[in-house]
Amino acid sequence: MSAAEEVVTEAAAVEAVPKRAMTLGYGTSLVVLAALILTPLFVKNFIIFQMTMLLIYGLAVLALNILTGGSGQFSLGQSAFYAVGAYTSAILMEHAGMNYALTLPVAGLICFGFGFLFGQPALRLSGVYLALATFALATAMPQLLKLGYFEHWTGGVQGLVVTKPDAPFGLPMSQDMWLYYFTLAITIAIYIASVNLLRSRSGRAFMAIRDNEIAASAMGVDVALYKTLAFGVSAGITGVAGGLGAIAVQFVAPDGYTITLAISLFLGMVVGGVGWLPGSIVGSAFIIFVPNIAEGISKGLSGAVFGVLLFLVIFLVPHGARQVAIIAQQLIGKLKKN
Amino acid sequence: MFATRKLAALSAAFAIVAAWSSAALAQKKYDPGVSDTEIKIGNIMPYSGPASAYGIIGRTEAAYFKKINEAGGINGRKINFISYDDAYSPPKAVEQARKLVESDEVLFIFNSLGTPSNSAIQKYMNAKKVPQLFVATGATKWNDPKDFPWTMGWQPNYQSETQIYAKYILKNMPNAKIAVLFQNDDYGKDYLKGLKDGLGQKASSMIVAEESFETSEPTIDSHIVKLKASNADVFIDIATPKFAAQAIKKVAEIGWKPTHFLNNVSASVGAVIRPAGYENAQDIISAAYLKDASDKQWDSDAGMKEFYAFMAKDFPEGDKLDGGTVTGYGVAQTLVQVLKQCGDNLTRENVMKQAANLRDFRTEVLLPGIKINTAPNDFAPISQLQLQKFKGEKWELFGDVISADVGG
Repeated sequence: MSAAEEVVTEAAAVEAVPKRAMTLGYGTSLVVLAALILTPLFVKNFIIFQMTMLLIYGLAVLALNILTGGSGQFSLGQSAFYAVGAYTSAILMEHAGMNYALTLPVAGLICFGFGFLFGQPALRLSGVYLALATFALATAMPQLLKLGYFEHWTGGVQGLVVTKPDAPFGLPMSQDMWLYYFTLAITIAIYIASVNLLRSRSGRAFMAIRDNEIAASAMGVDVALYKTLAFGVSAGITGVAGGLGAIAVQFVAPDGYTITLAISLFLGMVVGGVGWLPGSIVGSAFIIFVPNIAEGISKGLSGAVFGVLLFLVIFLVPHGARQVAIIAQQLIGKLKKN
Repeated sequence: MFATRKLAALSAAFAIVAAWSSAALAQKKYDPGVSDTEIKIGNIMPYSGPASAYGIIGRTEAAYFKKINEAGGINGRKINFISYDDAYSPPKAVEQARKLVESDEVLFIFNSLGTPSNSAIQKYMNAKKVPQLFVATGATKWNDPKDFPWTMGWQPNYQSETQIYAKYILKNMPNAKIAVLFQNDDYGKDYLKGLKDGLGQKASSMIVAEESFETSEPTIDSHIVKLKASNADVFIDIATPKFAAQAIKKVAEIGWKPTHFLNNVSASVGAVIRPAGYENAQDIISAAYLKDASDKQWDSDAGMKEFYAFMAKDFPEGDKLDGGTVTGYGVAQTLVQVLKQCGDNLTRENVMKQAANLRDFRTEVLLPGIKINTAPNDFAPISQLQLQKFKGEKWELFGDVISADVGG
């Protein structure tokens, strides 16, 4: 058997998802949007803060979803991009006195470049080997941030404290609420852009690569370019999420961006449904709230309880939230017929 | 005329009512988290994640407060101890701190663990004016009442410990050549700074070699060999238990015979000295403030007997040889003292005021002679240590209790 044949017969790493199944219908989208806009008006600041974190991790999961669900490449190194974004925002705000909103595009651009460059060597790797290479990146990142060379800017192990922005134009809103709506606006913009990206020519190229690399290149897709581009876009979005995270948490330190974060994001993507963009927010909710639930059940065994819950989810709904959504849709369809 | 008299009577009545109610208010003053029957206290611990070994401290505290509650509580109020897991992650610590303050509405957060986690919430706690009391980290920066009046440490900070070693060296070995091994993080650097400050101008001439290591290194043998090559006669060993044990072994193995100072973090007989070999650890000098439960000399000590009784009755699943249980017990007792001093004035302000007003308080797990003292400009409750030398299979205390107060 020739090498080419071997590659062709190898099962695709990620199951093919048709692009229409990647988004929500308009009606559902509007309901979700309304809920996201209205809820903060009725809840405590602490809940608003949690919702902000939900959106931020949702963005990071979405970024991974574009990479894995869209172009079929694995990454366990998203925490590294998240850290670079967070530090970029924090350093620009605290040392250069830049406005917080302006630091986000910078964080996104730097991470895009970083991801694009990282995508170059990663091109030679696929499947589990790529996952390992990105894993190495994630393990290295906290230590790089501690390096003495950068300590003047990064604050070393002590980290940096970030000042939380007030609502502009004297709007009568708490800092938390303002930050929430600010994050929501960015999340919606990035979500719409991502949906459009996946529906565009580039998105089709991503998916062609995911489904069959050789066929894609035979059809004239520049495989190398699009693979690195997917890495760049994913890293860029993760960077913006990281920047927002730094502003919301008001603190960056190397210990906040360990491999655990990368694994959490990966987990969020799987639970939300690989390749289903709205699932990102469900996955994000899972990684934020389920540890709290597990802790509520047993303090000493919180890790084990979390493991059991995760196992149940993977066992009962292996395709994550997407599967739940499809079942719900079918049920509604049946009810309508009756 | 009649009207004026009526008015006068009325205003007199008002005055009496006002005086009475303000007197009542002075008697009982509550902030969020307190009622006539309960005081809500928050806590953040790494029950999961890389530092989960420290989770035992939180569990000991919970057991101790349960014991206090069963005995009737403090001034009739039961302690409701709400402890959350942050997995040693700063962003999670912020989430849990906000949950405690804004959702559970605790009176204060007590003994939250870890330098990164506490750094992450320090600004928030001070902006909210909620006490961040007796944080479980030895970093020096917690003693900074001017900039952070709502944050206070508990254990002696790292800098004061190495300052004590520096004092000892200057007095007894003024011509020493010092080699330092330190862990390359905030903890190691804090220790190193204390040493240099303590040696003062002589630091640059006395310290002949400095080697730092990363916790990710599997072994630190090569650093020890390099330090030996500097011909130093004093070795200052700033390392966490696993590396400290390696260092003790290696120093003996290569036949280096310096005066070995071992930081208190790794002074545990059970966790460090025994694995490194008693014969390798003879004459090592360290400093301590707590009694070591794995040290047999305390077996008949009244204070420790009380601790053992607590462990046997109220926390049988905990390991009394784990230093975390002794620490948790001691810090919980200190908090109970603060709450007793608060009386019925349980406001956040008064909690800080009383925490900064501890006079010669002792929990019996502290070494003899060490006392807890705080003041409005001194937020370092324990700032005394005693030197000890390892002889046979246990530490022998020597010299007087030495104080060193360092601010952040």
